[in-house]
Amino acid sequence: MFDDFFMRALIAGIGIAIVTGPLGCLVIWRRLSYFGDTLSHSALLGVTLAYAFSINISLSVFIISGTVALLLLSLQKRTKLAGDSLLGLLAHSTLAIGLVLIGFLSSIRFDLMGLLFGDILAVTVEDIFIVWFGGLIILGILFYIWKSIFAATVNYDLAAAEGMKPDLSNFIFTLLLAGVIAISIKMIGALLITGLLLIPAATARSLSSNPRQMVILSILVGIISVILGLFSSLELNTASGPSIIVAALVLFILSLISFKRSGALQK
Amino acid sequence: MDQNKLLVKLENAGVYRSSKWLVRGISLEINQGQIVTLIGPNGSGKTTTAKMILNILNTDEGLVTGNANKMAYVPQKINIDWTMPLRVIDFMKITSSLNNTQITESLVMTGVDKLLYNQIHSLSGGEFQRVLIARAIAKKPDLLVLDEPVQGVDFNGEIALYNLIKEISVNLNCGILLISHDMHFVMSTTDHVICLNGHICCSGSPSNVVKNPEYIKLFGEHNSETLSYYQHQHDHSHNHDGSISK
Repeated sequence: MFDDFFMRALIAGIGIAIVTGPLGCLVIWRRLSYFGDTLSHSALLGVTLAYAFSINISLSVFIISGTVALLLLSLQKRTKLAGDSLLGLLAHSTLAIGLVLIGFLSSIRFDLMGLLFGDILAVTVEDIFIVWFGGLIILGILFYIWKSIFAATVNYDLAAAEGMKPDLSNFIFTLLLAGVIAISIKMIGALLITGLLLIPAATARSLSSNPRQMVILSILVGIISVILGLFSSLELNTASGPSIIVAALVLFILSLISFKRSGALQK
Repeated sequence: MDQNKLLVKLENAGVYRSSKWLVRGISLEINQGQIVTLIGPNGSGKTTTAKMILNILNTDEGLVTGNANKMAYVPQKINIDWTMPLRVIDFMKITSSLNNTQITESLVMTGVDKLLYNQIHSLSGGEFQRVLIARAIAKKPDLLVLDEPVQGVDFNGEIALYNLIKEISVNLNCGILLISHDMHFVMSTTDHVICLNGHICCSGSPSNVVKNPEYIKLFGEHNSETLSYYQHQHDHSHNHDGSISK
């Protein structure tokens, strides 16, 4: 029916959307979109190192983004810099180090556009395996800590007082975020991953009245965005990563219009 | 009632943050079936003390020990981000798995059972406060910590809620730590009052505490009279901050 490369892109893209759905909701609820940006910027450094030492890209990105995430958590407790300044500092310095290193690795040809914006049409069977296997592990762990991370998201003090161990689940959640960036960087790209985390979840927000609904809807919206984006990318010959994000944006705008019409949640 | 189980014990506990002691040298005990009240001016460390008891804050000095199995907390302030769609029924279940009967029962007790499917964001301050209390008692805790639980609740509701708190301590036989400004309630139902101002100024039964010179220094003579006799003649007026201008 479709070409192989297109099917591979579709399968991998849908796998990513299933994982970004629930994590994206948590990112929105916890106001962590800048945090996601910082992790994905630092992912570029991970990609460069993967090329330099010829190791797996997802593994290297997970290690670098995970390290940056843990560094952030500990710096936030120690320095007097505001959270957003700290995020910007780490985001841009890791991005810069990544780009400087690319300069040193002149012997290897880099597709910089591919790194920044993803190349979903170059997905291999191995990539599909990484997305679905990694994605299942991330979802499994998230499911396991959901009660605790959700309680901590609603209110840290309540969660801490009533034995939900919020510090532990915050720590794990941060690593999961690094994990989702690691499995999706090749397809979506360092600059656009946060978009796939945020936009479907934001779309789901205006259509849902409880947290579970919002998680399910944001998965569905993510999947629809991937399908629409890939088809339009094929038809119009546009870059696939950005096409997916544009499709997600269109759905978001539609949700705003229907939200205004129906007056849902006005109670 | 002395053979009742000890739920939590602070020994000389203190919290040090931003190069100063928020509270220091706090020793207290809460037993099963007992209502302990913390009073004190703003910034005197009432909430900090509650957070030490609940293990939200680690102590920098002293010891917190206890054998409360299930603690429940009604915080003074809680902000739920608008980006999260959350109904009352979802909020009730955030730290424990309750069935609908348990949820409805406790919402009935605080008089907000009709709001079960309402969005948290649509509730008024007083309604939200009732939901917070209902959530805390629904899990049948053995130690309940209430930080200014009736703020924003109308006058009649306030009396009803305070009666409910008293009722809960009897029915569940749990220990209650209450932070309250309502001296009438403190006087009529509390077993033990602790007057805080960075350290424990004085403590004891309500009738003893109000006679304590430390207490009078902190709250003024008039307050002490109010508490002792439940009525007083105005021979003075109050400034906005509550101090007395004769």
